Amino acid sequence: MSVEQSFLNLRELTKHYPGHEAVRGISLQIQQGEFFSLLGPSGCGKTTTLRLIAGFEEPTSGQIWLNGTRLDGLKPYDRNVSTVFQSYALFPHLTVRGNVEFGLQRKPPAERERAATELLALLELAGKEARKPAQLSGGEKQRVALARSLVVQPDLLLLDEPLSALDPKLRKQVRSELKAIQRRVGITFLFITHDQEEALSLSDRMAVMNAGLLEQTGTPRDLYLHPSTRFVAEFLGAMNWLGDCGIRPEAVQVSRTPPNGGSRALRATIIESAFLGNLIHLQARLESGDRFTAEVRAAADGFRPGDTVFLSWPVENERRFQR
Amino acid sequence: MKRLRSLFLAPAWLVIALGFWIPMGIVAAYSVLTRGMYGGVELPITAESLARFADPLYLGILAKSFVLAGIATVLCAVLGFPLALFVARASSRKNLWLSLVILPFWTSFLIRTYAWVFLLRDTGLFNTMLIATGAISEPMPLLYNDGAVITGLVYGYLPFFVLPVYATLERQDPLLRDAAADLGASPWATLLRVTLPLAAPGIRAGALLVFVPSLGAYITSDLLGGSKTVLIGNLVQNQFTAGRDWPFGAAAGMVLMSVVAVLLVLLLRRDPESLL
Amino acid sequence: MTRWLAAYAAAAYAFLHLPLLVLAAFSVNSAKSAVWERFSWKWYAEAFADRQLMEASANSLAIAIAAAVLSTVIGTLAAYGMWKRRSPVMAGSLYLSLVTPEIVWGVALLAFFQGLFRFLDVRLGLHTVIAAHVAFSIAYVVVVVLARLRTFDPALEEAAMDLGATEWQAFWRVTLPGIAPGVIAGALLAFTVSMDDYVITSLVAGVDSETLPMAIYAAARRGVSPALNAISTVIVFGLGVLIVVSERLQRS
Repeated sequence: MSVEQSFLNLRELTKHYPGHEAVRGISLQIQQGEFFSLLGPSGCGKTTTLRLIAGFEEPTSGQIWLNGTRLDGLKPYDRNVSTVFQSYALFPHLTVRGNVEFGLQRKPPAERERAATELLALLELAGKEARKPAQLSGGEKQRVALARSLVVQPDLLLLDEPLSALDPKLRKQVRSELKAIQRRVGITFLFITHDQEEALSLSDRMAVMNAGLLEQTGTPRDLYLHPSTRFVAEFLGAMNWLGDCGIRPEAVQVSRTPPNGGSRALRATIIESAFLGNLIHLQARLESGDRFTAEVRAAADGFRPGDTVFLSWPVENERRFQR
Repeated sequence: MKRLRSLFLAPAWLVIALGFWIPMGIVAAYSVLTRGMYGGVELPITAESLARFADPLYLGILAKSFVLAGIATVLCAVLGFPLALFVARASSRKNLWLSLVILPFWTSFLIRTYAWVFLLRDTGLFNTMLIATGAISEPMPLLYNDGAVITGLVYGYLPFFVLPVYATLERQDPLLRDAAADLGASPWATLLRVTLPLAAPGIRAGALLVFVPSLGAYITSDLLGGSKTVLIGNLVQNQFTAGRDWPFGAAAGMVLMSVVAVLLVLLLRRDPESLL
Repeated sequence: MTRWLAAYAAAAYAFLHLPLLVLAAFSVNSAKSAVWERFSWKWYAEAFADRQLMEASANSLAIAIAAAVLSTVIGTLAAYGMWKRRSPVMAGSLYLSLVTPEIVWGVALLAFFQGLFRFLDVRLGLHTVIAAHVAFSIAYVVVVVLARLRTFDPALEEAAMDLGATEWQAFWRVTLPGIAPGVIAGALLAFTVSMDDYVITSLVAGVDSETLPMAIYAAARRGVSPALNAISTVIVFGLGVLIVVSERLQRS
């Protein structure tokens, strides 16, 4: 995919605040119809990036192109981009329908009503049109925010941690609904999150951001299996470290006898065993004194603190990084 | 715990009862009594004083009080809303801007009214300046008219409007404006469709806080309106002093109080959180 | 729109502040008319030499101090009681008293005192003025102190009682020191509203208890005088300082 063909194109985007560089020159291309996630810890600049694309802030330098139009310099209301806010930012004085119709002011009333009704139905909000935001549950508010942004048929939908205000159980359910809605409407989604599980499970492609810079961009599988930096490796999941060499806990096999060839093996003593239902988390101390974590299937239980074991893994599962 | 609390409230109950409710009750009672021979009040009970408000003269005073207070309230809203918006959105020195609204709110109402006498009278600053520049040769009658009274009311009560409006604007989530812009609303559209409706409780409270004292204005109409502008407040004062018709003064006071009470009830029904 | 707002606000601030600034400027003008001549303190000297004005000032100060002390004590206790448990009747009464037109409250107090004098051998004087001022100042004190109490952690009092303090000790040694800035701010406000009141005061004052606002009002009705500008400037400046201090305390 070439830079020229891409749908959303960020070129060397920077944003400096007095005494703080929030975004330090990022370039990113997103294709039409993609579900793209921007993942990073809090304060990494991902929300600033979103606000630059939406137009709430102007970049210090760099350009933003969407579908052949240059966006930077345009006011937010002149950009065909809409945003689902973390707090949803629903208008408290308007009903659910009033919120959803807000962006359709220039359309004739009949069309406004038809479009809103369609979106309300799509998001299973039919029957709740007359309620005020204060009378809605968290999940309903989230769906109203989504309906309100989708009804204007944006070229790009920005989602700023839209699931973080929901309780964990609901979050998983809404996550799968979100993906289904995106497939249905076909709009390009740029999803901002600090939760690697959300990013991995939802995205067609994703990027990991840290300290105002993009660390790596690719498919979730690529990033998890072939992290290019230590930061990406650690942010996307747990890692055991042997110098520059990282091994994921689930790649580690535990045995009481030395394994056969083809694997690297180390002797260790179990210091802790935590039962997680389907899995067991084993903490072991190597002879060097370093700690090592292994994740084994619950069926393979039987290791007790104090047991001497051998830890092994296929060499191809080792990841090496420059310091 | 309970005993200490009731002890703590006791002095305030005493003061509110003796200093507010009982005097108000006396005025209410006076309004249905007969005027005494040498001032004061006598029996029998009569609705005569209240009925005198059907007289076109007094209806006129009542109407004029409402009109002037209404105009002052609208002007305070027109002048005060943008000011409140400015303070709420100031990116720096918000406290200074707020203090500059609060300061005149508390510094002597009387002296601030007097300042307008100094500015508006025939030999006042405005006329002196206009004559000095040759714009006019004779002083313009700026003082002792309804315009001067309205100016004084707006000047005196503008902070009453700004403060509650500022409080509601300050509480508004700034993201709502981002969300409106995001959905295609221009800044003016956002102002009309989001900011203004959300500030409505503050605007209602501010309007009440301007309208009520304007309706009962006494100093402003006396100092700036001269003898030409008689409002309900002046009527009440006259009947209790020079007029010595206490029942009629009390009736006028009760008319005023009932308007205040009705407005207050309407406001509190709509926005119960306005109460302290 | 930001530029529009700033321009509008500048005009509004000018409207709010210029009249008093102009008054202050002309209080140091040597000429009697509204034409600038040269700088002079002579009207201040004249104002301070005016015995009637100085007596009225002394009366006002005495009334304001007494009313501020009394209303602060009563108002603080009431605010504390209302903080412990809501009292809608008290809150409603205070709110109503805040919006009652002064002229109505003034004649009501006058009628009340006149009625009282039939049974007691007292006259209108400083004491009736002080009583009236206490009545209308309490609401201001309660509003300010209650706002401060709402930011105070009630668990501190429980902790004190848990450590063996009585209710009174918990109030006196824990809560009161914690809300002291609010109490002082309330007292300063009570002082300023008392210093400023004309309408109620003029109705309940006796012949020997003319206050500064009464003297100013009488003079203002006669017309403008440079000495009046001078004394007005002193009052506005003095009250302004108190308000700034009170503001600071409320936010601290």
